[in-house]
Amino acid sequence: MYNKSLVKLPAREQAPEVRRRNFQEVSQGYDEAMALEEATRCIGCKNAPCMTGCPVNVHIPEFIAHVKAGEFDKAYDVIRQTNSLPAICGRVCPQENQCESKCVRGIKGDPVGIGRLERFCADYAMAHKRPQEALPEKNGKRVAVVGSGPSGLTCAGDLAKKGYDVTIYEALHTPGGVLVYGIPEFRLPKSLVREEIRTVEALGVKIETNVVVGRSVTLEELFEEGFSAIYIGSGAGLPRFQKIPGENLNGVYSANEFLTRVNLMKAYSFPQADTPVRVGKKVAVIGGGNVAMDAARSAMRLGAEEVSIVYRRSEKEMPARLEEVHHAKEEGVIFRMLTNPTRILGDERGSVTGMEVVEMELGEPDASGRRRPVVKEGSEYTLEVDTVVVAIGNSPNPLIRDTTPGLATQKWGGLIVDEETGATSLENVYAGGDAVTGAATVILAMGAGKTAAKAIDEKLSGK
Amino acid sequence: MFKILQKERLNDSVTRMVIQAPRVAKKAGPGQFIILRIDENGERIPLTIAGYDREQGTVTIIFQKVGKTTIHLDELEAGDALLDFVGPLGRVSEYGDVKGKRVAVIGGGLGIAIAYPQAVALHELGAKVDVIVGFRNIGLAILLDELQAAAENLIVMTDDGSNGDKGFVTDALKRRLDAGVQYEQVIAIGPMPMMRAVCEMTRPAKIHTVVSMNPIMIDGTGMCGGCRLTVGGETKFACVDGPEFDGHLVDFDEAMKRSRMYSEEEKLSKEKHVCRMKEAAEHVQ
Repeated sequence: MYNKSLVKLPAREQAPEVRRRNFQEVSQGYDEAMALEEATRCIGCKNAPCMTGCPVNVHIPEFIAHVKAGEFDKAYDVIRQTNSLPAICGRVCPQENQCESKCVRGIKGDPVGIGRLERFCADYAMAHKRPQEALPEKNGKRVAVVGSGPSGLTCAGDLAKKGYDVTIYEALHTPGGVLVYGIPEFRLPKSLVREEIRTVEALGVKIETNVVVGRSVTLEELFEEGFSAIYIGSGAGLPRFQKIPGENLNGVYSANEFLTRVNLMKAYSFPQADTPVRVGKKVAVIGGGNVAMDAARSAMRLGAEEVSIVYRRSEKEMPARLEEVHHAKEEGVIFRMLTNPTRILGDERGSVTGMEVVEMELGEPDASGRRRPVVKEGSEYTLEVDTVVVAIGNSPNPLIRDTTPGLATQKWGGLIVDEETGATSLENVYAGGDAVTGAATVILAMGAGKTAAKAIDEKLSGK
Repeated sequence: MFKILQKERLNDSVTRMVIQAPRVAKKAGPGQFIILRIDENGERIPLTIAGYDREQGTVTIIFQKVGKTTIHLDELEAGDALLDFVGPLGRVSEYGDVKGKRVAVIGGGLGIAIAYPQAVALHELGAKVDVIVGFRNIGLAILLDELQAAAENLIVMTDDGSNGDKGFVTDALKRRLDAGVQYEQVIAIGPMPMMRAVCEMTRPAKIHTVVSMNPIMIDGTGMCGGCRLTVGGETKFACVDGPEFDGHLVDFDEAMKRSRMYSEEEKLSKEKHVCRMKEAAEHVQ
């Protein structure tokens, strides 16, 4: 008999009034008893619709069955078969649009807490120092991976499991991509990312940091160094600005800069860490995605008095993960919906003093299917702010495409690939993740890395 | 880790280091820079590549003690290592066809160290190179022998006239222009007010003037826009679109304001480091 509760068991959390001023993880996840209880809400459907919602096809009912039996190690093994980074996915996937959106229990009541259970299994395995997995026999072929974000790590891990000698090249000084510079500590602890990357290195994957492919070395030179194939997982790290007056004033950050200072460089502990960050009393964050939520909640933790999200559509259209929107509200972030900035104002020293905005109304649906925001005439007003963070999206970095002749790209910069294989226009060069799609999710990037690993193996082994 | 092979103090505040970094050495060109981080709590700072040896796999950097990180860097010795050293970053200088043509390379402050590889590169391309450099007093002069080797005319200015030629680099440039010297192009590298002053002088004469911008940087790979500048009315990222730009198109006012963004924090960080060093020294005594 299964647990008939219609409610998903809540995870333990830090209280909002405490956590809004610290960088420790907000959600503490499930303990063993809670995992056992939530697992029994799964009815173990034969056709498992939840799996179709997972971009890397985790065998969900199978791992949950092991959780029910208290076999947490076995549950972890099942997850790891298809997912190289479960401790991360369990925390940052938008499950409401993926696995949990397809859960049969969600038709009446809450879906099963698949993400929380995955996270529990991964954390359990990490806490109980598992014996190392046996290394696969090497097949003598070398593959280079550009970028150590979720997509590159997944591709590298999958290829290593098949016996390839894999080297990842990373431009920054720490591997992890957006997992280390973008997603904050309070949502994804960096010690955990490091641990998770170690599980990939334990498969024999080498990671070389401080190598900017396109500058330090070109794709052509990598082939000359003896690599048989290359996977490009360089992400979408080029920040977009709105191109409104005042964007170069002091106090205006791209979300990438703000979050890199805070997360990667640990500016929240300045002057213990050498990198400073300036956060004023009143902060406006422009945008409605996860990046905007992360920036707003980070600003709150750095001591801002008032933090607002400024978004040109309504809350319903916000692409951010539901749980993060909920957490941001609990922590006191103000949501100014249907509001669009037109100008940032500054003083004679070049510092931000305010932001002119207009109100918007929702018109007809646009190409993306979302209702297009239209300016409400005569609705301008000025918000008093001293810091502005622009979080309206990122484009792929042009460095690789500019230094690689023959690599086909979309007009907006994304690499063009075969959807089935991830193959680019160049022989034995594959790509995936945000470098192809533009800014999307961790799990989609991982799915692309997995697809390309399979295609690379088939190509190089002549299958 | 990236080992420091040699260290040499060029004057009280300027130091030259040779770093083992084969990947950087293999690809480096004039005008490019590196970013380094000393240790785990360190910040990332950009420094121009002052020289490289592809066979030895070494890169030379020259830096001036101005704040916490450069003071700390100056305390390291040959045999120590830097945690991170990445590059080459930025675009390689493009000079066009300068063979037989006269160009001026102007360096102020630490800019002299950056101007030096430019002078060498132009000299090797067959240009007639006039080098104009400025120091507070002649005792602080650096790299004069090296510059002499690349320059047809080397003009050294001092603020106090201690070498007999008192004034700024712009005074020397003005003298040359007034005397009717025709320059194909001018390359100015140094503090922003100096680069701006040179640009104002060459603008009426319509002499193509290249400046090497030095805004605040974090990653140096184009992912954050911390180094953005307005050039010809457009926003550019100095780390990937530059660091060299047409000086007549750069908005220096904005760039100077942006470079002062963290002045308070920089002071705090420096004071804290100097205090800690003092304490440590007293402890040893």
